[in-house]
Amino acid sequence: MSTQTESGVRTLTYAEAIHEATDQEMERDPGVIVLGIGVDDAKGIYGTTTGLQEKYGPDRVFDTPLAEDAMTGMIIGAAQAGLRPIHAHIRMDFVLLAMNQLVNVAAKSHYMFGGATSVPIVVRSYIGRSWGQGPQHSQALHSFFMHVPGFKVVAPTNAYDAKGLMTASIRDNNPVMFIEHRLFTATEAEVPEASYEVPFGQARVTKTGSDVTIVGISYMALEAYRAAGYLEEVGIDAEVIDPVSLTPLDIDTIHESVKKTGRLLVVDNGWLTCGAGAEIITSVIEAVDGDQPISVKRMGFEQVTCPTTPGLEDDFYPNAQTIASAANKMVKGNDSDWAPESRGSVEAAEFKGPF
Amino acid sequence: MTQDQLWEQLYRSMLRVRRVEEKIIDVYWSDKIKSPVHLSIGQEAVATGVCEALEPEDILFATYRSHHAYLAKGGDMNAMIAELYGKVTGCARGKGGSMHLIDPEHGVAGTSAVVGTTIANALGYAFAVKLRKEKKVVAVFFGDGAVDEGVFHESMNFAALKKLPVLFICENNQFAVHSDHLTRRLKDNLIERVGVYDVPAQRIEGNDVLAIHEQTAKAVQAIRDGDGPQFLECMTYRWKEHVGPGDDFHLGYRTPEEMQPWIDDDQLIRAEKKIDADIVSTIKAEVETEVTEAFEFAEESPFPDASELHAHVYAD
Repeated sequence: MSTQTESGVRTLTYAEAIHEATDQEMERDPGVIVLGIGVDDAKGIYGTTTGLQEKYGPDRVFDTPLAEDAMTGMIIGAAQAGLRPIHAHIRMDFVLLAMNQLVNVAAKSHYMFGGATSVPIVVRSYIGRSWGQGPQHSQALHSFFMHVPGFKVVAPTNAYDAKGLMTASIRDNNPVMFIEHRLFTATEAEVPEASYEVPFGQARVTKTGSDVTIVGISYMALEAYRAAGYLEEVGIDAEVIDPVSLTPLDIDTIHESVKKTGRLLVVDNGWLTCGAGAEIITSVIEAVDGDQPISVKRMGFEQVTCPTTPGLEDDFYPNAQTIASAANKMVKGNDSDWAPESRGSVEAAEFKGPF
Repeated sequence: MTQDQLWEQLYRSMLRVRRVEEKIIDVYWSDKIKSPVHLSIGQEAVATGVCEALEPEDILFATYRSHHAYLAKGGDMNAMIAELYGKVTGCARGKGGSMHLIDPEHGVAGTSAVVGTTIANALGYAFAVKLRKEKKVVAVFFGDGAVDEGVFHESMNFAALKKLPVLFICENNQFAVHSDHLTRRLKDNLIERVGVYDVPAQRIEGNDVLAIHEQTAKAVQAIRDGDGPQFLECMTYRWKEHVGPGDDFHLGYRTPEEMQPWIDDDQLIRAEKKIDADIVSTIKAEVETEVTEAFEFAEESPFPDASELHAHVYAD
């Protein structure tokens, strides 16, 4: 952590930003509780929950049995009673054990009870690569939750958004799926010390450009941004958009960009079939409504189970090079076979794992 | 409260459920109720026995078979019938139907169509109650099918671990849909299995409304004294088909002879015999009026406006 400026803006890591938002909301609202497997251990969910139990006590910050189903049902009932639980999962794969409570109860209660109750919960989960996570430790299942009415789904990609969205998620009166990519945990950004909210449903244009719109979800927002840098080498001016919030989704910002570029490349941090990329592209085509010709392309995980071995794992994920190459083809045509020299994810290359 | 007064309360509570459900059966053929109904006729004694031992501020979670629990806890009858009719005046504005009854004002926190789910929700409500140092008890009803679910066992463990103020009520009507409980587990030993979690548990035989009331009162007192969760297995019997207004002996999974002892020992008749005839007449007349008015209310209420389709996806 670097020194603080007069305006209270410091450099924080993504993990520190989530910790700070949680701490500030717990201080402000005695109804905020934090639970999950390992929240009180020495590693504290990548440091995001470290020290909270000492500060707020074991009644408000506690480890749970390995019982994702009942613990999710538990936070729903607690939320109905007026608490604001934050439930942390060290892998999104484990959230599958809680799907009944999430889909059948959390997402539906406000609607199926005609507004007579609400379920303000934040379900945090980690996704993503870093070497060797393999089939059951790497899945990004945001599209599952985008499919079901009633959830809000966010995937912040930097420390600033992480803090502001965590604050907004805790204060929101709905179930929020808060999806964190492991490779972001140590990344730094300038973050105000004072509490603030980043709004749901507002995409962020991280680079303006006129030739092609690249939308990157979660970690792919960073890879897309890098790809835009490579594309400058061949004279292509890409616009890069981080949706930040997947439900609600800010289609207007993406649509406005596509009006300008006529080309849309969506890079998902997930599988393509029935995925977020399909949703974004379809929504943009509907918004364009034949007003202009546009070309579209999806990238994402290969449609296979994530392999553990490094060589295959590298080919499973898109990266800045493959994104730049695909964008180049969209702009210059399929005959233009170019790819930048840099290869792979910087964070993944630096990662010394396993936890 | 005298024993006479108690019997009057038990009688009134069971009669309200019985008459509401008989009226549902009468109306159902007309197709005005376009909601699946899982009737609780025969099981009224469990809801009544438990809820008459709770306070108005206590909380109840239950299942898709909860007309009895909702009414016994004090849920608004007009809002319930309107909900079955799909009217906007329903307790869930018509969006939930019979399987999703709720009345927060009277402590009915929710019911679910998915077996076992509300057991865990009750834990959370109880957790909040304990955190805020309130004296409420959270009761949760579930059937004997629910104890097969993993969430039941996860919930027993957590309730015991945190000494939560939860009253678990297993309504053991011996069937999960059409499946006898002894085809689903090796032994009829639920109490032993719950005991392993260190949750005090006891079984009440014979759908005995008075015994259920007495044991609930003791369990509730223990919970209020801070002793943690308590468990009651209430043996009972469903008279109607799993879902719908009819009988189901033609399905072959049970016989009229098997049900007859439960009818012979109808707790509503038992209660009626304990009360003076004059008082019975008064209660019957009052309940009849209440039920008639509830159905009239539902009939006369409007359906939700088309704009309601998109309302309540998110809370503000």
